[in-house]
Amino acid sequence: MNKNLSVDHLLGIKDLNREDLEIIFKTADSFKEVINRPIKKVPSLRDITIANLFFENSTRTKLSFELAEKRLSADVVNFSASGSSVKKGETLIDTVNNILAMKVDMVVMRHSTPGAALFLSKHVDARIINAGDGTHEHPTQALLDAYSIRERLGSVEGKKVVIVGDILHSRVALSNIFCLRKLGAEVMVCGPTTLIPRYISELGVKVEHNLKKALEWCDVANMLRIQLERQDIRYFPTLREYTMQFGLDMKLLKSLNKEIVVMHPGPINRGVEITSEVADSHQSVILDQVENGVAVRMAVIYLLASKIRS
Amino acid sequence: MKPVTIVNTQLFSLLINRLCHQLIENHKDFSESAIIGLQPRGIYLANRLKQRLEEITGKTIQTGALDITFYRDDFRRRDVPLLPSVTNLDFSIENKDVILVDDVLYTGRTVRSGLDALIAYGRPRKVELLALIDRRFKRQIPIQADYVGKWVDTLSSEKVAVEWRETEGEDKVILFTPKEHE
Repeated sequence: MNKNLSVDHLLGIKDLNREDLEIIFKTADSFKEVINRPIKKVPSLRDITIANLFFENSTRTKLSFELAEKRLSADVVNFSASGSSVKKGETLIDTVNNILAMKVDMVVMRHSTPGAALFLSKHVDARIINAGDGTHEHPTQALLDAYSIRERLGSVEGKKVVIVGDILHSRVALSNIFCLRKLGAEVMVCGPTTLIPRYISELGVKVEHNLKKALEWCDVANMLRIQLERQDIRYFPTLREYTMQFGLDMKLLKSLNKEIVVMHPGPINRGVEITSEVADSHQSVILDQVENGVAVRMAVIYLLASKIRS
Repeated sequence: MKPVTIVNTQLFSLLINRLCHQLIENHKDFSESAIIGLQPRGIYLANRLKQRLEEITGKTIQTGALDITFYRDDFRRRDVPLLPSVTNLDFSIENKDVILVDDVLYTGRTVRSGLDALIAYGRPRKVELLALIDRRFKRQIPIQADYVGKWVDTLSSEKVAVEWRETEGEDKVILFTPKEHE
């Protein structure tokens, strides 16, 4: 296998083919071994500079990218929108071109506007990695989720995965649907009718509004966070009512006739979408997801960087 | 390219035997030693040495595989990307006498990367280098092997391939010469 990714930027899972996904996972296997060594660092990207531009808040993703970059020996500059010239009215292209003028090779960007990464990739001369663009895609999260399923269950092909929660506003859900479908998994979405987009079944996913039925069907349940910050109107009466219908607790988990894998992209609202007991149980892979996030991001950065000519 | 066999099966086995005895001379009972093959092709030699040494000494020889992909100096300088193989070191190399093993020693760049990769796992007491074939006078980096099966003089345009019973069906070393030099 001596092929590289079919894309020059990671803008969304939609642009990747199955072979790309397999190359990323295989490379991530090696990086997972690297980050468990006494010296968790390799010199591959010594001569690469990466800018992390976070126009929207993030803790986990930003840390994960930064660690991944540093473990590849890249030089890293960080930028967050608060306290920057963005506030003074500078456009996105100007901001990024100013940063690139300082000889930056790759840009990792999170932005609240869907399509921001695609837009940037057309107008600036650098490799772009989308770290979340509004309600559109969050490709590295989907990759690490699929990688964690592959790690726990041996493969993704043929597995049944249910994504529970706010599908309407979730970039994690959309990227996950693309990724899991490309890898041959069956996907179901589950949540209140108001939070399930109307034509979602056209993406080849099943729709279910009863959590218990959904869990009985699945091998893996990916419990999304209710994103109160993205909701301009009320989509359900109260948080408590949401929890009663779509929250996962130990009683429900135990009532199933099989052991399912529980995932959560974080940050968890304990007691809302899942209880603490479930989050900390042996069926949960939440912390594995975080560890795998660094390995998967190292793989993506490594593969894209290998396309930059010296 | 016209292939010429430069080491046949009989000589191959003599070389392996000789290398094993040279190793025993320096490493005694191998209690503090480990053989580490460089991925991808060095692991076959490492396994063969382990097998033969265990037959001769009756001791268990610690053997591992080291992938050097992320330590190479030609990242972004090749058309095809460098995709990694597996590293398999299930023992500590701290204070061990490590024998790095590769099938062909050529420019020395792989071994240089191997040394960097090795040190990420700890601090060996001593590191030695063993190569089945040494394409001498072709080094680009000042690295020499401590144990050599056979020295061969080659042109840069030529190719040396070590074939194994396990993978290619027969133990032998082949030299490929491009047409214009025949």
